[in-house]
Amino acid sequence: MVVPHPETWLRVLPQGLYCEPGGFFIDPLRAVDRAVITHGHSDHARAGHQAVLATPDTLAIMRARMGAERAGESQQPLAYGEPLDIRGVQVTLRPAGHVLGSAQIVMEWRGSRAVVSGDYKRQDDPTCAPFEPVECDVFVTEATFGFPVFRHPPPAHEIAKLLKSLALFPERTHVIGAYSLGKSQRVIALLREAGWDGPIYIHGALTSLCALYEERGVRLGDLRAATAAKKEVLKGAIVVAPPAACADRWGRRLNDPVIARASGWMRVRQRAKMAGVELPMIISDHADWDDLLRSIAEAQAPEVWVTHGSEEALIHALSLRQIRGRALRLVGYEGEEPGEEAPDERASAPPEPGDHLPPVAEGAA
Amino acid sequence: MTPFAALLERLLFTPGRLAKIALLRDYFAHTPDPDRGYALAAIAGDLSFVAAKPAMIREITMARVDATLFEWSYDYVGDLAETVALIWPDTAPGVAPRLSEVVDALHDTSKAALPARIAGWLDLCDPSERIALLKLITGGLRVGASARLAKIALGEMAGLPADDIEEVWHGLLPPYLPLFDWLEGRAPKPDAAGAPVFRPTMLAHPLEEADAASIDWDAFRAEWKWDGIRVQLVATSGGKRLYTRTAEDISHAFPEILAAMHFLGVLDGELLVLRDGQVAPFADLQQRLNRKSPTAKMLAEFPAAVRLYDILFDGDEDLRALPFDARRQRLEAWYAQENPERMDLSPLIDFAGPEDLAQLRLGARAASIEGLMLKRGDAPYLAGRPKGPWWKWKRDPLSIDAVLMYAQRGHGRRSSIYSDYTFGLWRDDGVLVPVGKAYSGITDQELNFLDSWVRNHTTSRFGPVREVEKALVLEIIFDAAQLSTRHKSGVALRFPRISRIRTDKPAAEADRLSSLMARVVRSGIAKGETLVEAPAAAN
Ligand SMILES: [Zn+2]
Ligand SMILES: [Zn+2]
Repeated sequence: MVVPHPETWLRVLPQGLYCEPGGFFIDPLRAVDRAVITHGHSDHARAGHQAVLATPDTLAIMRARMGAERAGESQQPLAYGEPLDIRGVQVTLRPAGHVLGSAQIVMEWRGSRAVVSGDYKRQDDPTCAPFEPVECDVFVTEATFGFPVFRHPPPAHEIAKLLKSLALFPERTHVIGAYSLGKSQRVIALLREAGWDGPIYIHGALTSLCALYEERGVRLGDLRAATAAKKEVLKGAIVVAPPAACADRWGRRLNDPVIARASGWMRVRQRAKMAGVELPMIISDHADWDDLLRSIAEAQAPEVWVTHGSEEALIHALSLRQIRGRALRLVGYEGEEPGEEAPDERASAPPEPGDHLPPVAEGAA
Repeated sequence: MTPFAALLERLLFTPGRLAKIALLRDYFAHTPDPDRGYALAAIAGDLSFVAAKPAMIREITMARVDATLFEWSYDYVGDLAETVALIWPDTAPGVAPRLSEVVDALHDTSKAALPARIAGWLDLCDPSERIALLKLITGGLRVGASARLAKIALGEMAGLPADDIEEVWHGLLPPYLPLFDWLEGRAPKPDAAGAPVFRPTMLAHPLEEADAASIDWDAFRAEWKWDGIRVQLVATSGGKRLYTRTAEDISHAFPEILAAMHFLGVLDGELLVLRDGQVAPFADLQQRLNRKSPTAKMLAEFPAAVRLYDILFDGDEDLRALPFDARRQRLEAWYAQENPERMDLSPLIDFAGPEDLAQLRLGARAASIEGLMLKRGDAPYLAGRPKGPWWKWKRDPLSIDAVLMYAQRGHGRRSSIYSDYTFGLWRDDGVLVPVGKAYSGITDQELNFLDSWVRNHTTSRFGPVREVEKALVLEIIFDAAQLSTRHKSGVALRFPRISRIRTDKPAAEADRLSSLMARVVRSGIAKGETLVEAPAAAN
């Protein structure tokens, strides 16, 4: 029997990537009958599907974020590593190391194997299971940081920068802008690993997700509501909040705050400057350039499909390694901070005269 | 390289002055010699070596990185040093070279050996260290802090005023070991004999009504307060310098003043643009201050001069302990003898009593005058801002009621707030024209009010700027109005700031441009000409 090439059974439709024999979409961009979801970020896990298959953690996150009734008419949990047959397609979920519950979707059909990795990273993350490489015929990857200039330093190094700043400015509130699902909890867990065992104050938008992480076994320590705290109490305190809140009125109540931001985009100084950040922390939940290439190499796939991000440079780099690269150009997935930027004019603000504005990676806002 | 790179990175993103000082202080306190001295030299612009060419940096990078990926990345990042720093492969994890090691090696590495040497360093560095290294060796280092700020930080570290450091500064060379030895109590104060060092300036307090009531008027002398910048002229056997009152060396920007310094001594005065003896508007001086080295055309168009009012050293005789009256006599005698070009004496003003002075001050509406200076005749020249011997008595500001037109978000801590306001006045044909921009003058509460008013009355947006309904009147105060060809309205305001938000006043009743134009002072005041208008005419 001839092994079918994955391009004969995985198709790009307007709804998203479709597994034809299995009859399901992966991270569909609009409501569909059958969806397999890689992880709980809002650009991947959308509301209103009929049947949803995902890890138990991802399903819990979806219910918490959109309400049980919008998180799928029927929800089927599938643990990491347990094979499931869907109309002849064997589906297995493997950890993607992106956020709690995040999974790569491994599909095998008639001897041909494709892996849709969703969003993933290779750095240590105390809040989720580490990425597991899977050999395959086609590896489907993101390329949020698909430029060789994006290399994330060890996160402990970035946390140390923050703690040093706290020692130097013990009166100032240190506010870390971090996306509410995944990044926030990771930053909190990293602070705990670094020995910060005092209270950490959190913005209201983080409360339910932090509680969910705790319920599901991720220890975050003493968390308190930042909004209820007195200005005086927040002197020298660490506050974690969504990035948009830091820049807005909410952040202004704080005591001469040091505005930090945990994001892979902080690697490029001009971007950090434009975001009005005083303490950039290069901490990302996406693979950096080296880890994209490493993961692709470990998948040992002769062919790589790129879903979203800066695919051009990545595909060029693959061609140098005799790997065939193909851009799927799925529009609708976002970069590091899905839906997080305020609908403010900040993103559209023109550069100051004389400033060089780097082109913004597709979907990176 | 590691602490230096961390300092540079943090300074780059830190808007606050006090925070910058704290960062510098922490760096100097915790970094060993001679690295910290070289860092200080880098900040002060005192490091010199043959800079590496960007083309060479590009070349060593291309030997390691695919050309296409490099070009795309450069395009994305927009800065060569940063692109190289980020894209450089992490091959040999190790310890970055010390700053002093780099500086020493740059002095004695041959041109041929330089590329391999730099590549070797880049291999050992992390991206932040690479940026610092590349900016340093290509001569593109922009530190987000001035030399003055570094000296303030050093002063804080040692419990000394920064001016004490200025006094010894110009006799020293990187890495300034005698300076650090002195600051840390291991050696006496370095001797700056013969060097053209800055001498700490004596500053005045603003005269408030309460002070005016208790002042012994007979003890005071009066001078005009000129609207230029305070400078110190220093000429010693070791050289000539022109300093601002914050010890910034601006010699290169004013070569004509330097050329006129044929004497030995230290003098205190006001730097002005002077045409045929008339003081030009401050905007003209600003043109010169904006240029590090002026073109011949600028020298001709904006000729600089110094109006002298004090003498600190005559030759190497220190006159600072003498009372003002004695120094004034010395100044006049010195001036009569030297008669230097491009310099004149700021006259003493005769007055009979406080009423007399108040009248003079009220009438002082010439563009070149900000008000009066009062100096005690028996006071020595003291460093800093001692309260009592010197007062500045600024004239009351002028005011207009203007209409808010545009608002822009501020910088740093105010970056989320609409805190920069463009306001306008009505032209006779009913068109509102912008006349100025104000950033300050209001309380936090008023700022919040304006911020939400702007958000709720936006009519259109241009990037960070919002245009608003022409409905809010602001009372703007300013020190002077001057003609300007660079402003659409034809007039430029000096120090505009918001004094009140006039929610009570309909926009249609705001002031007209013509009433502002009537207050424009069309030229400076000639030497010896009367400086006073009748107060009634001024307002
Ligand atoms: Zn994601
Ligand atoms: Zn994503």
